[in-house]
Amino acid sequence: MSDPATPLNGAHYAGYVTIAEAAPRGMITLRGDLGDKGFAKVVKAVTGLALPGQREFAAKGDFAVAWMSPDELLVLCTYDRANAVVADLTAQLGDLHSLAVNVSDARALIEITGDDAREVLAKLAPVDLSPGAFGPGQIRRSRLAQVPAAFWMTDTGFQLVCFRSVADYVFEALSTVAQPGSRVGALV
Amino acid sequence: MSRRIQQGGRLIDRAQRESFAFNGRQMSGFAGDTLASALLANDQMMMGRSFKYHRPRGPVASGAEEPNALVGLSAGARFEPNQRTTTTEIYTGLTARSQNHWPSLDYDIGALNGFLSPFLPAGFYYKTFMHPRPLWKALFEPVIRHSAGLGKAPTEGDADRYEHFYFFADVMIVGGGIAGLQAALAAGRAGAKVLLIEQTAHWGGRAPVDGVMIGGKPADEWIAATLDTLNAMDNVTLRSRTMGAGVYDHGYALAYERCEDAVPQARGPRHRLWRVRAGQIITATGAIERPLSFPGNDVPGVMLASAVRDYLVNWAVAVGKRTVIVTNNDDAYRTAIALHDAGEAVPVIVDARPDAKGPLPERARALGIRIEQGCGLSGVKGGKRVTGAQICRQSGAGAVIEEVPCDAIAMSGGWSPVVHLWSHCGGKLTWDDAQAHFRPDPSRPPIGHDGAGFVIAAGSANGEMLAGACLQDGDAAGKAAIKALGLKAKGGAIAQAEAEGEHPMMPVWLMPADATPELKMKIFLDYQNDVKLSDVQLAAREGYESVEHTKRYTTLGMATDQGKLSNINGLAALSQALGADIPDVGTTTFRPPYTPISIGSIAGEARGPIFQPIRQTPMHAWHSENGADFEPVGQWRRPYCYLRDGETRADAVTREVRNTRQAVGLLDASTLGKLVVKGPDAGKLLDLVYTNMMSTLKPGNCRYGLMCNDNGFLIDDGVVARIDDQTFLCHTTTGGAERIHAHLEEWLQTEWWDMQAYVANLTEQYAQIAVVGPKARTVLEKLGGMDVGRDTLPFMGWAEGELAGIPARVYRISFSGELSFEVAVPASRGQEFWNKCLAAGAEFGIMPYGTEALHVLRAEKGFIMIGDETDGTVIPQDLGLNWAISKKKDDFIGKRAQQRSHMTDPNRWKLVGLETLDGTPLEDGAYAIAEGTNANGQRKTQGRVTSTYYSPTLDRGIAMGLVLNGPDRMGEVLEFTRTDRPPQHARIVDAVFYDKEGEKQNV
Repeated sequence: MSDPATPLNGAHYAGYVTIAEAAPRGMITLRGDLGDKGFAKVVKAVTGLALPGQREFAAKGDFAVAWMSPDELLVLCTYDRANAVVADLTAQLGDLHSLAVNVSDARALIEITGDDAREVLAKLAPVDLSPGAFGPGQIRRSRLAQVPAAFWMTDTGFQLVCFRSVADYVFEALSTVAQPGSRVGALV
Repeated sequence: MSRRIQQGGRLIDRAQRESFAFNGRQMSGFAGDTLASALLANDQMMMGRSFKYHRPRGPVASGAEEPNALVGLSAGARFEPNQRTTTTEIYTGLTARSQNHWPSLDYDIGALNGFLSPFLPAGFYYKTFMHPRPLWKALFEPVIRHSAGLGKAPTEGDADRYEHFYFFADVMIVGGGIAGLQAALAAGRAGAKVLLIEQTAHWGGRAPVDGVMIGGKPADEWIAATLDTLNAMDNVTLRSRTMGAGVYDHGYALAYERCEDAVPQARGPRHRLWRVRAGQIITATGAIERPLSFPGNDVPGVMLASAVRDYLVNWAVAVGKRTVIVTNNDDAYRTAIALHDAGEAVPVIVDARPDAKGPLPERARALGIRIEQGCGLSGVKGGKRVTGAQICRQSGAGAVIEEVPCDAIAMSGGWSPVVHLWSHCGGKLTWDDAQAHFRPDPSRPPIGHDGAGFVIAAGSANGEMLAGACLQDGDAAGKAAIKALGLKAKGGAIAQAEAEGEHPMMPVWLMPADATPELKMKIFLDYQNDVKLSDVQLAAREGYESVEHTKRYTTLGMATDQGKLSNINGLAALSQALGADIPDVGTTTFRPPYTPISIGSIAGEARGPIFQPIRQTPMHAWHSENGADFEPVGQWRRPYCYLRDGETRADAVTREVRNTRQAVGLLDASTLGKLVVKGPDAGKLLDLVYTNMMSTLKPGNCRYGLMCNDNGFLIDDGVVARIDDQTFLCHTTTGGAERIHAHLEEWLQTEWWDMQAYVANLTEQYAQIAVVGPKARTVLEKLGGMDVGRDTLPFMGWAEGELAGIPARVYRISFSGELSFEVAVPASRGQEFWNKCLAAGAEFGIMPYGTEALHVLRAEKGFIMIGDETDGTVIPQDLGLNWAISKKKDDFIGKRAQQRSHMTDPNRWKLVGLETLDGTPLEDGAYAIAEGTNANGQRKTQGRVTSTYYSPTLDRGIAMGLVLNGPDRMGEVLEFTRTDRPPQHARIVDAVFYDKEGEKQNV
């Protein structure tokens, strides 16, 4: 199949941090009883990852699993495998009440990289982004300016997901506050 | 004259000159000057004219409380009115213009108001211009608007950039004086995350100016050492030029940082609004000196004693050659001594107290400064500048004893703690008799979520007026905050601060005490709004007993300075006039922001293209490039129509409708909500949220459904497709996707938590493209890959497969009455599918159509639209949709409500079609006129138009409307209102105008 049309067409902005659309990733909304051992077992079997705790983000190989709510996970995988993983999860969960759906195309994935990535996000999201409060292995679902977004940390900064329809808005908002000369220098 | 003196000036850098322009005149100052200090250094005392009487005014203060010295800064896209010269740092290239005068600052025609002032008392406008009413808009308001007001509004968009910043702290400390610094030390040492902000560019507050010694050394040294200590703490963030603007519920606070005011061409944001969440907030905001209420106290050259001292010590500016001091307390003697030490003349200190025997007066005496005790001022000579002070007995009516030539008067009526931030979120005040001011009542702080206080006042903001106590209080506040946070305070010595002790002040609210009415008319309380003592007394006489009413009647404290200098004096005047105690009269409400903040900082990044989010479908760019004339639908932008060369909107809509009816149209329907509902109880859930039965729907089939709220009103509609035994896909309206998703989650989470059903919003996972018209099937067949034949994919069925190699789910549903397929493909392939449809359909005349054609097509079929036929008060029964309301179900949301008497009232307006007799469309929202008038004398109505269009198919205006007993009145002709034209006649008809049998969608 042809390369999927990404919402931002690979947009990139170099300010005092860098804002760039990430390569497409498979994303799956998985809902179920996070307290159920059978549910955890299936997640482990399919992704190789244990269930994340509240506001946690775990990654291994091609997979990552993020806690989204008390009964919802976000499963990340390679873009091309998303439907197969949905099918796998659905099959293995069997009669266990659950819902797995491919949402890869419903989202935009944006990377914010650079030493000051934390504070650029903190200009738009009402989240304590100081190193003592937020770090690798965590995810936050929050508000980014006027729209919902979720983000987690990588080795070089953050990855952020928002709805596809507002990808331009989110990219522009991040780029606006990442303009050179805007460093705050307060999140150390 | 005011001028720069040779020595001193702790805040200026004499090596760096900055040149600026005031009213077009080039002047220069030093780096570190405020605009006020630089203007004074250039002997520019008069800086503006007052609001009402256009009186000449100069600065009264040296900081944020300044009411008079406001200017318009910069020009064009950077112009900003009403900026305080006392807080504006100068830089080379700054331009400032004084305000509120014409033709010039020196010669102003509006000053004539001053001669009329006896005729312009409080309430003058209310009383005078109330009648005759028609004249208000035509005559009074324009004239008053021209003469009133301060700065002019900017005429261009703001060229600068602004941003927000979210910050979280255990302890936020507002105010970087010695109390705030000490509080930061105490909290920082305990390991708390501390944010300390200071509104000026400098730390330490008044202590260095007042000659305070800390630990045996000048305060400046302690301040520098403390800053070093704090800067070395990773857990402490210090921010100067950042004002605590407001304190709100739950430890939320706003801090307003002026990043680039002093470097306006820099690339960064000009202002940054910090949105802080703090565990505890310490307000170490200092105190503000009060003016004295004596006749002539607004003449340029009359200033607060502390301001005179600030200009001298901080900026090496002597505001006069001969400065008379008038006071009711010891603190003002510091100004006299500082002036004397700098070699400036202080001809006399006029002290209202019978005895001035404190250490400071004694020192002044020892220096040979003349002190007149028990005296006050009964007049000030001079118009645009002080030329003399008239001394009288404080206890008398104002007979002049002596006239002392001078060119400046430094006044002090005592100090008021800055209690604004303490009060913003409900902190209460207590009256301190000895110091004659309101101070925070520590037993009644602002209360947080846990019922405990979250604001602690410290230092002089807490009424601790002497440096030693101030420092101790700051330390105690820091430790109290630590304790409140459940942390452990660490030791650490507190330096001892020494300042000369002060003897009690004497409250003086009127000088002289028995001033004649004539004198009272020259005593200004609120400089910026020109409110005089006589105005407040008049208000009291006219029955305004509440301080809040008096404020609004006289406009006392309602100017841009929000009465920082005038409030206490004003309410003291009111309490005297009412014969009540000051604490019984109370204060007006303190509201954020502390001083005005820029609108830009409030907007933050939200301007221009990102003023608000605009949602785009996967085909948005194509629409833009192909003539789309967009309209907002929720936050989406959808093509209203696609304009071709030379077409009007109406032309385009007509073309699109005809082409869809006759050939084939293509619609971007991606915005429709798509909610997947899965689980053993999915059918049960849907039976409860839809009015009709959904659980009986067979996999592979679609059903149109209605959703109501618990009051029975119709809130959404759409087609439900059953995917498999446990899974349904519910389509919602474009605006309903998030709302209905939340509606389902709310019921699942709060009421039906035992149901096994999960909902996920897949709206944006798919691009949904409707292929509509007689040639629709031919187009899909040409794309190839799925059998979409009449029998394999019947009307109201759906199928999954691949079209043109793209995974697709095809729903055979119709919102136009034509043969119609809605095709959902992955969003990433939406544009690709759209292109393939256009290519495949080219030979059949395929054209995209917009939302207006969609509306016309559905209206021709009598299909309702949520938001047109519904407005939150319409039930399905009003719309003739009883067929979609199940009678078999025990319950659904809205069922009981729809059984209420008002809902079953046969006189509810009901949906019908409307056909004008002359063929032209009815006006949108037009009312059907009935006989007679209602109690308000308005014409009675019997119906209204909900949708109205020109129908290209029928070549006439068609409409739907809700009409009293409408369905029973077929054929009757009603009169419908028109704007500025006689009513229009329309006949009640069936709402289905086209293909009543529904044959076309079923082919």
